[in-house]
Amino acid sequence: MTTLLALDRVSTFYGPVQALREVSLTVEQGEIVTLIGANGAGKSTLMMTIFGTPAAKSGRITYQGRDITRLAPFEIARLGLAQSPEGRRVFPRMSVEENLLMGAQVVKYADYEKQLALVFELFPRIEERFNQRAGTLSGGEQQMLAIARALMSKPKLLMLDEPSLGLAPLVIKQIFGAIRQLNRETGLTVLLVEQNANQALRLAHRGYVLVNGVITLQGSGAELLAKPEIRAAYLEGGH
Amino acid sequence: MAYALQQLINGLTLGMIYGLIAVGYTMVYGIIGMINFAHGDVFMIGAFVGIIVLTALTGITSVPLGLLAAFLLAAVFCGVYGFAIERVAYRPLRGSFRLAPLISAIGMSILLENYVQVSQGALERAIPNLIPGGFTLMDENGFVVQLSWMQISIVVVTLIVLAVFTYIVTKTPLGRAMRAVEQDAKMAALLGIDTNRTITLTFIIGSCLAAFAGVMFLLYYGVIDFYIGFNAGIKAFTAAVLGGIGSLPGAVLGGLLIGLIEAFWSGYATVAYKDVAVYSILAIVLMFMPSGLLGRHEVEKV
Repeated sequence: MTTLLALDRVSTFYGPVQALREVSLTVEQGEIVTLIGANGAGKSTLMMTIFGTPAAKSGRITYQGRDITRLAPFEIARLGLAQSPEGRRVFPRMSVEENLLMGAQVVKYADYEKQLALVFELFPRIEERFNQRAGTLSGGEQQMLAIARALMSKPKLLMLDEPSLGLAPLVIKQIFGAIRQLNRETGLTVLLVEQNANQALRLAHRGYVLVNGVITLQGSGAELLAKPEIRAAYLEGGH
Repeated sequence: MAYALQQLINGLTLGMIYGLIAVGYTMVYGIIGMINFAHGDVFMIGAFVGIIVLTALTGITSVPLGLLAAFLLAAVFCGVYGFAIERVAYRPLRGSFRLAPLISAIGMSILLENYVQVSQGALERAIPNLIPGGFTLMDENGFVVQLSWMQISIVVVTLIVLAVFTYIVTKTPLGRAMRAVEQDAKMAALLGIDTNRTITLTFIIGSCLAAFAGVMFLLYYGVIDFYIGFNAGIKAFTAAVLGGIGSLPGAVLGGLLIGLIEAFWSGYATVAYKDVAVYSILAIVLMFMPSGLLGRHEVEKV
């Protein structure tokens, strides 16, 4: 296996507040890696730091062996990383179609039809809502759209920030099913941030536990699920 | 009836010019949330480039060719100005406190006015009517309703420019990127959009529209000076607010309304107080529709 993404002792600050403390993690080609932790532990900060916003204050982030620590967010996106961020952030006053076109813009609409067919297959809802304004979609539909938009760029690394947040169990099942299917059928590498540790660890090959900006545990999904301190780690909260 | 029709024609022509300038205000507001007070002066520079080109080409080329050259060169010059203004006066202040770029914009506006005053002189400059003639629409008891070729040209050129502009904003990757940056700049960057480049292009496009408006203003009135950007700028800004700042169709609608209000007020009441009429209507509209006529008021689901 080759390493797609590696973080080496990365620290991030918001002003004087340190949000990440020397975080190191790796994502291998073809893996689903999950990052679990309580609310406020720094999971979303980690996702955004990989994209350079905010940029890491110290440490090194490499992608396909290339140092991307100091690149601008748009330059990082152009390397084949795509993110469905915290809060979904669909463009509310654009149609579903335009949101998907925005996702494909970075690869100049390469294989647009093919990716569109893939997205429709994973989320038939997206096809039904194709011409609707994204701001009028339900929360679950917006989540699907955010993932679909990320997929339109044919990413090498798909980063999903809490895709299950606030969604009905049935929708969560559907989204997790789609992630598994993508990974198996297309070998897509996925970095998944979740509060829903149980389901995330069952889905993932490997996992990391983030507490207060520090990685406290790591291992295969099954290993982590078996550890008694896991439940404590994410139940006690990231205070 | 005939008199009203004449005011309608005059008002629509003037309104088209206001609308073109207003689009530039509203675009920049939409994408970086600031009022570009130097925009009216870019319009003024467009008019000056127009008069310089037309004066230089008089007798050398045919009128249509001269006009084409005036429009194109004004657009190029104003595009460069728009680019430079954003780079020099606004970009360094991005991320600073909200008032900073606004103050910088006012400074830039004063700078441009004085620069043109010094380089082109403070006196009014005039050109002859290049598109003379027209036809009589109606003759009612001696009152003749005139529709001039000039007015027709202004309306047609504006409609073509707006059609091209609308196509760019709604259908092209650049237009989508502009709207994406407007709605969520950080997310646009996460999708690989170079937001700085998109903002620069927004300034350039807005400045080109102002250039077209400037040349048309020159052709319509035949007289310009270094100060026309102030008045037209304030009117166009009012148009953008009236239509709902941030809304592109709103800017055009606001421009047309202000043109019509001015024309009808001047025609039926007094020319002297036409600005009072414009701003009174703005105040009344904002009292009942604080986000303007076509401003956003939809609730977005979270």
